[in-house]
Amino acid sequence: MKKVAVIGGGPAGMQAALSLVQMGLAPVIVECSSALGGKLKDWHQLFPSMTPAHEVLDELTGQIADAGVEVMLHTEVEGVTGQGVTLAGGRKLEADAVVVASGFDIFDARLKEEYGYHIYDNVFTTVDVERMLNKGAVALHDGSAPRRIAFVHCVGSRDEKVNQKHCSKVCCITGVKQAMEMRTLFPEAEIFNFYMDIRMFGPGYEEMYQSAQQDYGINFIRGRVSEASPTIDGRLQIKAEDTLVGRPMKMTVDMLVLLVGMKAGGSNAKFSAALPGGGITLSSSGFVAPVDLFAGNVSSGLEGVFYAGTVSAPKTIGESIDEGAMAALRVAEYLKGRK
Amino acid sequence: MSAIEWGYGINAPRTMDLDRNDIGPAREILAEMPEWGACIACGGCTATCTAGNLTSFNFRRVHTLVKRGEYAGAWAEMNKCMLCGKCRLVCPRGINTRGVVRLIKRKLGDY
Amino acid sequence: MKRSSWREYEKEIAHDHYYYARSCIRQNFFPGSETTFLRIMRDVLGKDIYDDPRHTSCTGIGYHTDIVPLDTTMAVVARQFALMTEAGYENMAVSCITSFGLYTEILETWHEFPETEARARENLRQATGREFRIPKNIAHTSDLIFHNREEIERQAVRRLVDAATGEPLKVVEHIGCHYAKIFPKSGIGGSEFPYVLAGMVEQWGGTVVDYPERRHCCGFGFRNYLVQANRGFSIANSRKKLESMAPYKPDMMVANCPGCAMFLDKWQYALAEMENTTYGADGRGIPVLTYEEMAGLVLGYDPWEMGMQMHQVDVEPLLDKLGVKYDSAAKFLGRGGKYIGAPKPVAVNSFSGDRLYRIKQ
Repeated sequence: MKKVAVIGGGPAGMQAALSLVQMGLAPVIVECSSALGGKLKDWHQLFPSMTPAHEVLDELTGQIADAGVEVMLHTEVEGVTGQGVTLAGGRKLEADAVVVASGFDIFDARLKEEYGYHIYDNVFTTVDVERMLNKGAVALHDGSAPRRIAFVHCVGSRDEKVNQKHCSKVCCITGVKQAMEMRTLFPEAEIFNFYMDIRMFGPGYEEMYQSAQQDYGINFIRGRVSEASPTIDGRLQIKAEDTLVGRPMKMTVDMLVLLVGMKAGGSNAKFSAALPGGGITLSSSGFVAPVDLFAGNVSSGLEGVFYAGTVSAPKTIGESIDEGAMAALRVAEYLKGRK
Repeated sequence: MSAIEWGYGINAPRTMDLDRNDIGPAREILAEMPEWGACIACGGCTATCTAGNLTSFNFRRVHTLVKRGEYAGAWAEMNKCMLCGKCRLVCPRGINTRGVVRLIKRKLGDY
Repeated sequence: MKRSSWREYEKEIAHDHYYYARSCIRQNFFPGSETTFLRIMRDVLGKDIYDDPRHTSCTGIGYHTDIVPLDTTMAVVARQFALMTEAGYENMAVSCITSFGLYTEILETWHEFPETEARARENLRQATGREFRIPKNIAHTSDLIFHNREEIERQAVRRLVDAATGEPLKVVEHIGCHYAKIFPKSGIGGSEFPYVLAGMVEQWGGTVVDYPERRHCCGFGFRNYLVQANRGFSIANSRKKLESMAPYKPDMMVANCPGCAMFLDKWQYALAEMENTTYGADGRGIPVLTYEEMAGLVLGYDPWEMGMQMHQVDVEPLLDKLGVKYDSAAKFLGRGGKYIGAPKPVAVNSFSGDRLYRIKQ
């Protein structure tokens, strides 16, 4: 049976492995962390249907277990070729094809110094909020309930100051989702979303946005927050322009949530550099560049190497799963007729 | 106070201060007409506005200012509206814009 | 504040042998500060620093108000570098933030566009026959005091604490915009959480006030002040900062920019006269110090020798709190005991119950 190395055990990698099994191939998932699931493990509910994240996670991991897919945990990959992967320490894992599904990194919000993440206690990221939601403990640092919450869109996206010029795509809808979750938790709170553009690209997203405005009373203000500073009572003053009326504004908030973007995976550059002759090429944003964005969006251009999920661009979980299946199909086509 | 001729005053801040603005009347309007909250400020209303094309009236801007608690002049501005109703036909979010004009006038008559 | 990020913005600062580039306006408004700086560098730190009477204004104010063209400014800056080169120095110690920003920006421009450097060299050659070498190191003089803050602490006679209670003094630090807003890497701590003054305050026992408008410009802004009709904008900026810091009841402000120290000090006079508002907790103004004066007080220098009688807001309440002994009668005596004249009493320095600061709510 032909062997396929799948780098990364997130939604794309897991689906790729499951589809490869369906096609009579033998996938091996190489995962650097201690468990399958990728970042999905940290999420609480998924937009736009508010499906609990664990339902999707349990479904995928359950199928992986049922199918008896070989999984190597705690295993870092250093290099990729069409004949297999090099693991940390130089060990080779030979394979007939490779699916790179190593995902993305979360933008480090500390780089946007002006928002004071890790300096002021009540500045959080969307990832922090998902974790708090999972624990059922959304609160300010001192345990109290926020009376005014502001979400800042595009933190580490569309921002050349931190070398992240791309749109991370899923933050806008995440901001809408978390604002609605906050409204449910804190019915009396005032909630503001500060956005540059609202990008509601998926099914049901625009409807969710309208409902957030109309039914959940979320205030959407078009303007980028320029800075957060502490007030004497331990809250945060933020400044923005309300660009739709053309006037600067300021307000004090209890909780500031930064919608952190999707940054290219740290291993992309490593994989690219390990093949000096080319093969794995990176786009200007650092994500891997498929041969084209239409029929070849899971093909690397390097024989036997395929991409799935957010390794090549910010994507939703559904899209990542779709790409996992697509990559498996391309692998099967590639291996058909080969010895 | 001093008798010094300074030749200049102290500029008043242009910043909208949402800690000081009284958001109460705006909330009352929203409570009566929640769909007003769904405005995406596309400006379709203002593009077609009979009054706005011939006066300084900018319906989108004025009603958004009201939403932020900036009421000064809003009532007088809304009086420029001819209540022709074209804006309501244009609105992609289905907001009763004509109703917004009337609500703002009713609630903010005193401002 | 959990200020850990400043260490990511540490820059190379030369350890000795500096060519001193003075500020034009500081010598009028804070006339003892530069002398105090030289005294600290030479007597306390044992450094070699050359104070050259031949150098001129950098033209920064003229440049920023569109009076002096860029080519002229570059030629003048090239001449300062030529004087430094001729004197046998490689490290510039710049007293003024505007100059520091301008030198840094011109060096960056020359680096990015070498033809502009060639043109400046040619213009300087034609005008003066001089040649220059690019400085090896450029530091603002507040960088140098920051760099030596531990040694200054070792030789200090007092700390920035209330002498009666031992409580740390609450200090508002204000950084000139052109220190790090043009090139964050050129300032200690970067542009968002600059540490150059905060580091001194904390080293010497005070606490830094992190207030909402900490990053805001003082409002000087060159043409915004120079044109009388624009001053309403300038003063409004200072008022915004003062209103924002007043609730914290700061004991003093310290600034590293000539314009900021001047305006934060003198606008308090104008605001008191125009609006009957003062911002100090005791109903008077908030004293504004230069970092050299702050270091000088820590080192036990006489406030009048440092020129602190030239401040608009009286510094005596601060001196009393610090436990500094000073001769009130000698405040307006200049060199050789000559009376230099005293200002009329003004609102910002008065102390009566009806003048307690009021923040407009």
